[in-house]
Amino acid sequence: MKAAIVVFPGTNRERDMALALTQSAGVAPKIMFHRETDLAGIDLVVLPGGFSHGDYLRSGAMAAQSPVMGAVRAFAARGGYVLGVCNGFQILTEAGLLPGALLRNASLRFLSRDCYLRVERTGTAYTSHWHQGDVFRAPMAHGDGNYFADDETLDRLESEGRVAFRYVDVEGTPDARANLNGSARNIAGIFSENLRVLGLMPHPEDLVDPLMGGIDGKPLFDSLVEVLAA
Amino acid sequence: MNADLALARQFGLSEVEYGKVLAIQGRTPTLTELGIFSVMWSEHCSYKSSRVWLKQLPTKAPWVIHGPGENAGVIAIGDGLAAIFKMESHNHPSFIEPYQGAATGVGGILRDVFTMGARPIANLNALRLGDPKDPRTKGIVDGVVRGIGGYGNCVGVPTVGGEINFHPAYNGNPLVNAMTVGIARADRIFLSAAAGIGNPVVYVGSKTGRDGIHGATMASTEFGKDSEEKRPTVQVGDPFTEKLLIEACLELMETDAIVAIQDMGAAGLTSSSVEMAGKGGVGIALDLDQVPQREQNMSAYEMMLSESQERMLMVLRPDRQHVARAIFDKWELDFAVIGHITDTGRIVVRHNGKVEADIELAPLSDEAPLYHRPTIDTPKQSEIRAESVTAPCGTIEALRTLIACPDLCSRAFVWDQYDSTVGGQTVKRPGGADAAVVKIEGLRRALAMTTDCTPRYCQADAEAGGAQAVAEAWRNLTAVGALPLAVTDNMNFGNPEKPQIMGQFAGAIKGMAAACSALDFPIVSGNVSLYNETEGRAILPTPAIGAVGVLEDAAQAIGIALREGLSLVLIGETYGAIGQSLWLREIMGREEGAPPPVDLLAERRNGDFVRGQILAGRVIACHDVSDGGLLVAVAEMALGGNLGVKLSPAPISLAAHGYWFGEDQARYILGVDDPAQLQQDAAKAGVPAQIIGVAGGTDLSLSESETISVAELRGAHAAFFANWFDV
Repeated sequence: MKAAIVVFPGTNRERDMALALTQSAGVAPKIMFHRETDLAGIDLVVLPGGFSHGDYLRSGAMAAQSPVMGAVRAFAARGGYVLGVCNGFQILTEAGLLPGALLRNASLRFLSRDCYLRVERTGTAYTSHWHQGDVFRAPMAHGDGNYFADDETLDRLESEGRVAFRYVDVEGTPDARANLNGSARNIAGIFSENLRVLGLMPHPEDLVDPLMGGIDGKPLFDSLVEVLAA
Repeated sequence: MNADLALARQFGLSEVEYGKVLAIQGRTPTLTELGIFSVMWSEHCSYKSSRVWLKQLPTKAPWVIHGPGENAGVIAIGDGLAAIFKMESHNHPSFIEPYQGAATGVGGILRDVFTMGARPIANLNALRLGDPKDPRTKGIVDGVVRGIGGYGNCVGVPTVGGEINFHPAYNGNPLVNAMTVGIARADRIFLSAAAGIGNPVVYVGSKTGRDGIHGATMASTEFGKDSEEKRPTVQVGDPFTEKLLIEACLELMETDAIVAIQDMGAAGLTSSSVEMAGKGGVGIALDLDQVPQREQNMSAYEMMLSESQERMLMVLRPDRQHVARAIFDKWELDFAVIGHITDTGRIVVRHNGKVEADIELAPLSDEAPLYHRPTIDTPKQSEIRAESVTAPCGTIEALRTLIACPDLCSRAFVWDQYDSTVGGQTVKRPGGADAAVVKIEGLRRALAMTTDCTPRYCQADAEAGGAQAVAEAWRNLTAVGALPLAVTDNMNFGNPEKPQIMGQFAGAIKGMAAACSALDFPIVSGNVSLYNETEGRAILPTPAIGAVGVLEDAAQAIGIALREGLSLVLIGETYGAIGQSLWLREIMGREEGAPPPVDLLAERRNGDFVRGQILAGRVIACHDVSDGGLLVAVAEMALGGNLGVKLSPAPISLAAHGYWFGEDQARYILGVDDPAQLQQDAAKAGVPAQIIGVAGGTDLSLSESETISVAELRGAHAAFFANWFDV
C-alpha cells in the first residue's frame, strides 16, 4: 500500500497518522506538502487533523483551495481512496468530496475526550476488520465536529449505507448523551457514493498501540492494508 | 518627547536608576534608549530583586547540559537525547485579558523551548484562580482555559497536565504558569550567543505591531483600580503562525545555517538583540526600516518595545542565508535581514536614516540594578494537633464535602478542552496518573512530568512550603515509576519592596534548595513573577514547581486506577498533620496552623523504595497522598478504577480526622497483588508499609455504617464545574 499524507500549513496530526499507517502497512507513507500535485503511484491519500490555515475562515475552507486538492479531486474521481480525519473531514466537505458540513460543537467548546463509535457499514476498504455494529473507542479533539446536512441528504446517506460511524454510548446506543458534539443523527463519519472516500471526526490513529491505552483504532488501518496491498 | 526623569518614572525606573542611565550614556537618553534601559532593567527582565536569592538554588548534576541562563533548561535523558523545558508566568496579562493572556503565555514558553532546537512534546500549566464566589473568577477561568486550549490545540502540542487551585488571595491576580517540554538531540542544542562580525541578523515570523508595548514593565508593577485600562499592553496570539514557525525553525535547524537564535519574548526586539549580542560579547547594528511591520508609521521606540508575538531573531551564516530564506518562504513567513553583528560592543539602532539608540552593551547588563531587599521571616504558626479539634461531622460526610470542593473536584471540564493526545505518544493523560507520561516517538523511553505547589503551606511557612513543593513534584514523578531528573521553577510572589514578601521569597528558596539537594533534583530553568498584588493585597506565595523525570520503558508507567482484588498498602508514616489541611479549611473553616513537616530523608527513602517496586513490576496502581489526605487519595483511586474499596478501621491511637484527612508528607498508596511480599521488602528497606484495604465492589467503606457508593462519590466529584458552567 502506497499512502500519501498531505500536510497543509497548520496540519498537526500527520505524525500520528504516519505511525498508524506504518504500523499496519509496514512501510512509511509519503508526506506531501500542500503545494505538490503529483499523486502518481499513490493508493491512498490521507488528509490528517490539525488547524489548516489556522481554521481562521471556516475550518478546512482555505485548505480546500490548495493546489493539492485539485489533484485529490481528480484522484477521487478516478476511484482513488481518500481518508479525511478531523480537519481532513472538514476539508473534504469544503472541497465537495463529501456532503454536509461540520459546525461548531453544540457546547461551543473544544472537546478532547474519548468517545465510542459504532460501525454502521462494514465490508468497506476502511471497515472490513470490524463487524457490523461493533463498538470501539476513539479520542476526539475538535471544536467544529457537529455534523450537519439537510434531511434529504441525511436520508440519502442512510439509505445508501454511507453512514460509516455513529457516536454511541459504551453499550452501543446512539443516544443524545453519547452525541457529544451535537451531530445530526449522531453521525461521526460518512462515505462517498463509491465508499472510497471516508471522512470522520474522531482519531482512530491515536489508539493503535496498547501503550497509549488501546488498539481500538487499528482495524481501520488493517482494513486498508488488506484491500490496498492486494 | 523629552526623555527626562518624569518619563523615566513613568517607564518604571527609579531616580537612582535614571541617574545610572545618564552616567552610562553621558547625556540625556533618547526616547528609544530610555525605553531600552527601562525594559532591560525592569524586574521582569533583570531579576533585580530576586537574583541574589536565585543563586542559592542547586543547578548542577551530571545530567544537566544547560542550567539557568539559557532560554530553557537542558538535561540528558539517555539515547543521545535531551529534554528541554521551562515554566513561565503570564499572570498580569491573564487578569487583564484572560484568553489572550493565557494563550500568549503558552506561545511564549513554546518558543523558549523550540528556539533551542527541541520539538515540543508536551505542555502543562499551573493555574491559581480567585474565589469561585468572586463574580470575576468564572470569566477568568473560562477565558484562561479557552486561551490555553485555543493555542496548544492549534499548534498541535498535547496539553497533558497541570493543576488548578482556587483562593480569594488570587481574586485580583490569577496566576497562569505555562510549561513546555521538548526533545532534541543532545548534540544539536541551539544557543543565543551571537558571533561572527558582519553576520546577518535575521528577523522571522509575524510582523511587528503596536501590541504589548511595555508589557515587561506592566508585569513589574502592582495593579490598581485602573488595571483594565492596561489592556492595550496585552499581546494577541496567533497559534497558526507559531505552528509554522515551529516547523520552519526545526527544518532550518537540520541545516548548518544558524549561528545563534533567540525568540522575541518579553521586551521583544530589545531583549533578544541585547541578550544575543551581550552573551556573544559582540555589537549589533539594527536597521528598523527593514523590520516587517503590520502598522504604519511605527516609531523606533514602538518597534523596539513591541511585544508582538510569534517572532524570532537569528544570526545566520552569510553563505547559508539563501537556504534559510527558502525554508521560511515555504512556510509563508516573513524573513528579513534587519542588521548585522559588529565588533563595537554597542547596540546601534537606526530608523529613517537616523540613529535612534546607541548604547554600550556591557554596562547595560553589568550595571543593571541589583537589590538586596530587606526580608522579614514569616512568623511560625503553631502545630494543630488533630485531637485538639472536634470533628463536626462523620468521616464519610467529610469525604463527600472534600471530594466536591473546588480544590479537589474533578477537573474533567478543563481537561476536556485541551487536546491531550495529539502526537500519538500520550501514555498517561490528565487525571489518570500522578504525572503525565509522554513517550518519545520511535523509542521505548518516556518522560514523566508534573507541576506542583501548595500555596497555603507556603503562606504559613515559606521554607517548609518551598521544600514541600519540590518534594511533591518528585513524589508525583516517582508515583508513575519515573526517575525524577530536574526542575523548572516559577516564583510567583507579591511586591518585593515589602520585607514580608521578600521574606517569603527567601524562605521559599531556602526550602526549595534543601529539597533539591536532598533529592538530587537540580533547578535548570525558571521565571520570577513579582508584584502580584492588586490594591495592596498580595497573592499567596506560590513557588510553582515544574518537573521532569524519565522512564526507560513507557510500558512500566503506572496510573492511579484500582482493579478488582488489589490490596492497598500505605507507604510512609501517618501522624495526623491537620494544620493547613483542606479538611481544616473546608470542614472547619479554618486556614491556620503549621503545615505538615517535610522530612527529606523519609521522602527520599520512601520514594526510592516505591520506584523500585514499580520498576520491578510489583505495583499495579500508585497514588501519592497530598491535598485532602489519605481518604481522598483512596477515593481518587477508587474513582479512577470505578471500583469500591473496603478499608481497615483507623488506628485508635489517632483521631479519625487526623488519620483520614491529615496531610503528612512522603506517603504513597500502592495497589498490589502481593501485599505480604511488599511489606517484607519495605521492612528490609526501613520503609513503613501498612495494609489499609482491598479493592472491590461498588462502595468505599470504612465499616458497616460508614460507607459511600463510588457512583455517589463520582456525582459529588463532578458537580462543581458542571454546576458552575452549566454543562
